[in-house]
Amino acid sequence: MRSLLVSLTSEFYKSRKTLAFWSAILLPLVICILMSWGFISQETKLANDPAQVLWFRYISAILGVMGVLLLPVLVIYNTYAITNMEYKGDTWKSLFSLPLSKFSVYTSKYIYIVFLTFITMFLFAIFIIGSGHMIELIKPTLEFGDYNPNTIIVKFFGKLFLSSLGIISIQFLMNLMWNDFLKPFGIGFLLTIMGIITANVGWKYVDYLPYAYPNLTVTKIMTSKGDITKMIVFDQGIYNSMICAAVVFILGYFIVAKKTIK
Amino acid sequence: MSNLAIETVGLTYNFGTQTVVKNLSLQVPKGSIYGFLGPNGAGKTTTIKILLNLLKSPSDQVFIFGRDINTNRIASLKRMGALVEQPAIYGHLSGKENLVNRCLLLGIKKNKVAEMLSLVGLTDAANKKAGKYSLGMKQRLGIALALVSDPELLLLDEPTNGLDPNGIIEIRNLMIELATKHQKTILVSSHLLAEIERTATHVGIINKGELLFQGTINELHDLSKPTVKVEVDDIEKTIALLGPTEILQQKGSTVTIPFQSREDMANLNTLLVQNGIKVYTIGTERKDLENLFLDITSKN
Repeated sequence: MRSLLVSLTSEFYKSRKTLAFWSAILLPLVICILMSWGFISQETKLANDPAQVLWFRYISAILGVMGVLLLPVLVIYNTYAITNMEYKGDTWKSLFSLPLSKFSVYTSKYIYIVFLTFITMFLFAIFIIGSGHMIELIKPTLEFGDYNPNTIIVKFFGKLFLSSLGIISIQFLMNLMWNDFLKPFGIGFLLTIMGIITANVGWKYVDYLPYAYPNLTVTKIMTSKGDITKMIVFDQGIYNSMICAAVVFILGYFIVAKKTIK
Repeated sequence: MSNLAIETVGLTYNFGTQTVVKNLSLQVPKGSIYGFLGPNGAGKTTTIKILLNLLKSPSDQVFIFGRDINTNRIASLKRMGALVEQPAIYGHLSGKENLVNRCLLLGIKKNKVAEMLSLVGLTDAANKKAGKYSLGMKQRLGIALALVSDPELLLLDEPTNGLDPNGIIEIRNLMIELATKHQKTILVSSHLLAEIERTATHVGIINKGELLFQGTINELHDLSKPTVKVEVDDIEKTIALLGPTEILQQKGSTVTIPFQSREDMANLNTLLVQNGIKVYTIGTERKDLENLFLDITSKN
């Protein structure tokens, strides 16, 4: 447990000055700023909407941008950046020659990537709530304050986060197998596009394609139209995402344990 | 209790169908500076990686302080520090941050960082990004990273690569100090014998994965038998006079014969002069280690 904690601390220390770390923080901030600006400029059109509808419009606009393409791409980039740090400095060998269990080194990297994705989702939730109320301050006709969106935001972004776990595991494994940018990024991007298409055309096996899960989640959120009672967080897609994450994570460990550090 | 810091017993390692280490039986005594010599591609780095368990060896073939590395990986690595090939450093972090990160991982107090930076002469460049360091500076940082945990056993793979002459002397002195004053055991690999000769107490020579020599530096010197080299004006007459004596080499007006004793050498000189041969030079010669190394490594 100690070696897992020190490995995690080290992951944060190593990555705190990298684009992967800052993109996890800045992406929600930038998207929320841009979206608020869009809402403020559309004040006259939106002024008559009730608070619940306003919130749903605001959240779904962000979710539409984020969930469909940006989340998979962010996950693909983050897994690449965190694993590439070790390839770039040829530091796998020093990491595995330290008195730390290989499982801790492997798990800490995985947990850290999951943590970065979680931070992004968490910040989205915080910034959406904050920026929603900020819009009302600037444009009082947009009465965001009449509805409490906390529960739907937590549910939406929680579901979106869980739907990305399968992709994280697969990308993580690919990055451990190949010291290459193009292969994991290219395959990941291709599968994301495939996920978007298959989710949109309603392919019958789409529940088995982890890259389609964020898209499926967004679709389900959109169809719920903000009605929390219609939103089920743990549906088949989410279970599949979690199963896929666990299976690929365990498989990846055996690959890493046998990895030859040439 | 074993007196060996490192012991390998008939270690063999293959990369696919290629055998890179063949029946290797290293014996590195505690407190020694063990020069691990061999030409490029001899299997030195592979052996060091096996000693660090980066490459998996068969069980009961690699022992660190008397314990099998495979079953005692973490306990063994706690007592070791290593620099393998080019230094493994994070280029986007400064030299100081690289050391702080290592301290975090090893649970060492961060005040050790300044001491290490000063030890390897990087205090002034502590806050510069390590990616912008020169090769020599990276090598120094790599050595600092290996030393930061104050390990009992240091594995240094060609540590003077890229260093200028001053840097080489500093590292050499540092190794001697670590072994003599702090009782560290150091295994240092190199393809340069002259480099090892000045620091090592023990030597292992490897080529094509096979250990061709292992012993103290004096035992290595003893392998090189002294000879007598004589330069004369009449070589034919000299050879005729020497009779059945084994002539090792004859080149121009110079002849080389085995050295027996100082008395024999004086008698030879008298014999030649009494027979009217002019002796320009006469003296003993010992094959330098460089040639000895080439001789040993050319055997397989």
